[in-house]
Amino acid sequence: MHPIRKKRLTIVLFLLAGVSVAVGLTTYALRQNINLFYDPSQIAEGEAPVDVRIRAGGMVEEGSVRRDPESLRVEFKVTDFTSSVLMEYTGILPDLFAEGQGVVAMGRLDGQGRFVADQVLAKHDENYMSPEVNEALEKAAGKRAAMSGAESESAVSY
Amino acid sequence: MYPELGQIALILALLLAVLLSVVPLVGSVTGRDQLQAFARPLSAGLFVFVALAYGILTHAFMTDDFSVAYVANNSNSMLPWYYKLSAVWGGHEGSLLLWVLMLVGWILAVAVFSRRLPAVMVSQVLAVIGMVTVGFLLFTIITSNPFDRTLPNVPADGADLNPLLQDFGLIIHPPMLYMGYVGFSVAFAFAIAALINGKLDAAWARWSRPWTTVAWSFLTLGIALGSWWAYYELGWGGWWFWDPVENASLLPWLSGTALMHSLAVTEKRGVFKSWTVLLAIVTFALSLLGTFLVRSGVLTSVHAFASDPDRGTFLLALLAITIVSSLTLYAFRAPVVHVRSRYGSFSREIFLLLNNVLLVAATLLVLVGTLYPLVLDYLDMGRLSIGEPFFNLTFSPLGIAAGLLLGAGIFSRWKKTDGGWLGRKLLWPLAVSMVIAAAVIAGYGSFKPWAFAGIFAAVWVSVATFWDIWDKSGSRKGRLHGLRRQSRSYYGMVLGHLGMAIVMAGATVASNYGIERDVRMSPGDTASVGDYQVTFAEIGNRRGKNFTAEYGRFEVSDSNGQVVSTLYPEKRQYMVQRNTMTEAGIDAGLFRDVFVAIGERVSDDAWAIRMQYKPLVRWLWLGSLFMAAGGFLAISDRRYRIRAKVSEGQPSTAGQSGDNSRPDPAGAVS
Repeated sequence: MHPIRKKRLTIVLFLLAGVSVAVGLTTYALRQNINLFYDPSQIAEGEAPVDVRIRAGGMVEEGSVRRDPESLRVEFKVTDFTSSVLMEYTGILPDLFAEGQGVVAMGRLDGQGRFVADQVLAKHDENYMSPEVNEALEKAAGKRAAMSGAESESAVSY
Repeated sequence: MYPELGQIALILALLLAVLLSVVPLVGSVTGRDQLQAFARPLSAGLFVFVALAYGILTHAFMTDDFSVAYVANNSNSMLPWYYKLSAVWGGHEGSLLLWVLMLVGWILAVAVFSRRLPAVMVSQVLAVIGMVTVGFLLFTIITSNPFDRTLPNVPADGADLNPLLQDFGLIIHPPMLYMGYVGFSVAFAFAIAALINGKLDAAWARWSRPWTTVAWSFLTLGIALGSWWAYYELGWGGWWFWDPVENASLLPWLSGTALMHSLAVTEKRGVFKSWTVLLAIVTFALSLLGTFLVRSGVLTSVHAFASDPDRGTFLLALLAITIVSSLTLYAFRAPVVHVRSRYGSFSREIFLLLNNVLLVAATLLVLVGTLYPLVLDYLDMGRLSIGEPFFNLTFSPLGIAAGLLLGAGIFSRWKKTDGGWLGRKLLWPLAVSMVIAAAVIAGYGSFKPWAFAGIFAAVWVSVATFWDIWDKSGSRKGRLHGLRRQSRSYYGMVLGHLGMAIVMAGATVASNYGIERDVRMSPGDTASVGDYQVTFAEIGNRRGKNFTAEYGRFEVSDSNGQVVSTLYPEKRQYMVQRNTMTEAGIDAGLFRDVFVAIGERVSDDAWAIRMQYKPLVRWLWLGSLFMAAGGFLAISDRRYRIRAKVSEGQPSTAGQSGDNSRPDPAGAVS
C-alpha cells in the first residue's frame, strides 16, 4: 500500500478505536448508572423497582420528621399530596431541608415500601423548586382534580 | 440618568461591532487597504463603549442605585464594597456584560499585539470576533438588559447578593473562567480567517498558538478556582461533582488541551492542519455550549440564576449559527489543504495524535453524560440523572492512559523514533516510577488497583519529565548552562506536564484515601477522623456585617495528643434573603486537610458534625496553578517575538508561506 494511504489508514483506525472504546465504555457505564426519577404516587402504585438506585422526591410532609436520639438517623415522609413515601437517611441533611420544603433523594426502595436514601438534596435557594418535584406535584394535583371531577359527575347522574 | 447612558453605550457598541464585522472583512476580500485600516480603530472604540457600560453598571452598584432592577435584585446597602464590586457579575445580566467586556478585551489585545501580522489576517480575525460580539451584544440588549429600571416603584433596599456568592473565590472565579471561554474565540477567529484565506500554514499555527495557550491557562485557573470554592463553600468537602455546569467548563478545557497539542504539531511539522482547524471550531462551540447550558436555565444548579425560555432560544440560535456556518466553511475550504509529510510509528506526531484521540474521547464522554439526560427530558422520555459513578468509571481510565502515553511521548522525537531505542529508554524511568508508586501506596496503607494506577501514572509523568530535563541539559559547559539553554516554552511544557501529574496524584489520593464521617456530637465530645482526634469544645454566636452565625470551636489533635489547630466552622443566617450557609473550618496543609463542618441541630445539645480527612487535596489546585503558570511561561518565549519580526520584514511571504505542503523550515529546526 502507498505509504501515505497506509498512514491515513492508521490514523483512521486509531480514531475508530478511540471512538469505539469511548462508546463501549459509555454505554456500559450508562447502563449501570442511570438514576430514574419516581414520584411518591408511582412508588405507592409499585411502579418503582425495589433495590435499584433511583431518585425520588416531593415535599417533606409537615410533622413527619423523626430523629433517632442516639445517632444521625432520621425518618421523614415525602408527599405529592396524593401519596407519600417513608424515607430513611443517616447523615447530615442539607441546610434548606425543612418540613414543607421540596427535596430530591437518591437511594433504594427496600421490600417494605421504605426508601433508604444515601443522599438528600434540597436546593440552596429557598424559592427554588426542583423541576422533578414541581412536575410530580402538578401531576398529582391534576389526577386529584380529574378524580374529584369524576366523582361530581357520578353525583350528577343520580 | 447614568443607567440610560450605559444603555446608549451598549447600543453604540453594538453598532461598532456590526461595522467591525463587515468593513474590514470587505476590505480584505476586495483588497482595499483603507477599509482594512478601520479594523483597529473600530476595535478600540468597541472596547471603550463596552467598558463604559460596564463602568456605569459598577457605579450603580457602588452607589446602591436600586432603581436599576439588576442592582436591586443582586445587591444590598449592607453589602461590603468588595462584594458590591463582584455582585456586578453575581447575576445573569451582569455576568453576561462581563462576558462581553472580556470578549472586546480580547479584541483589543489582538488589535494591539498583532502589529506584525499581515493586514489581511488581522482584519479577518478582528471581523470574526466582531461577529461573535454582535451576537452577544444583541443577546444582552434584547433579552438581558442590565440597565432595566424598577421605576416608579423603587425598592428601599436591594434583595441582596446570594450569600453563596459572597466569597473571595467567587470574586475571581467567573472572570477567570470567562477569560478562558471567551479567549477561545481568538483561536476560533484565527481558524476561520485561515479557512477564508485558504492559508492553513505553519505561520497561522504559530500565530494562534500563544492566544490558545493564554485562553487555556485562564480556563484552567477558572476551573480550579471553581473547584476550590465548591470545596470550602458549598460542597461539604467535595471538589468535583460532575455537575452539568462543571462539565460545561470541562468540555472546552478538554478540547482546548487537544487543540494546544495539535497546534504544536501543525506549527512544528505542518501536519494535522484540518484537524487543528476543526478542533479550534469545536472548542469555541463547546465554550458557547457551556454558556448556553449555564445561562439558559435548562440546568438546575447554583449557576442557573433565572429560567427564561427566550434566553435559551436565543443562545441556542447563536450556537447553531456559529456551528453551522463555520462547519460549512470548513467543509468547503478544508479539503484545499494537502499534507505531504511523513512520520513513523513511534514518532512524536503519533504520540500527540494519541493524546488527541484520548482527549476527544474524554470530551465526547463528558458531552454524552451531560447532554443525554437533557435530551431525554426534552423528548419527554423520562427524567433521569447521570451521576458521579458514570464519570468516574469512564473518565479515570482515559486519564490514566493519557498519563502513561505522555510519559512515553516525552522521549519520542519528531518524524521518526526507533521503537527499540524508545523501549530501552523507557525501561529505567518505568522501573523507578514503579518503585516510587509502590512506596507511596505502601505509605497510604491499603492497596487498591485504581489508586495504584493513578499514582503510577502521576509518578511516571514526573519521572519522565525530569529524566528528559536531565538528558537535555547535558552540556560541556556544565549542567547549569545546559539548563539555561532550554527555552521558556520548553519549561512551560515541563510545568504544564508536572501540573497534570500533581493534579492526578491529588485526585487519586484524595478520592481513594480520604475519610469522611458524619457524627452526632455535643460540646465536650471527641471523635476521630484518620489519625486525628477532633474535640467539639464549645458553641457560640456571633454577628457579621450582614449575617448572624452560630459557630463551633473544634480542637484538632494528632496521634500524639498534640493540638495542631483550632477550627471555627459556622452556620450563617443571612439577614436579607434568610438563607442558611455552612462555612467549613479547614486546617489546610500541603499533605492533608482536616475539615469540620456543622450540620443541623439534632437535639437541644447535639449537632450533626461532618469531619473529613483529605490527603493531598490541595494538590488539585496546586497542580492547576502549575499548569496555568506553564501556559503563561510558554507564551513569553522569545521565539514568538523573533518570528513575528521576521514576518514584519516580509509580510507577503510570511502570509503565504509557500504552498502549504512544506512544514515551516524554522519550525523543523528548533
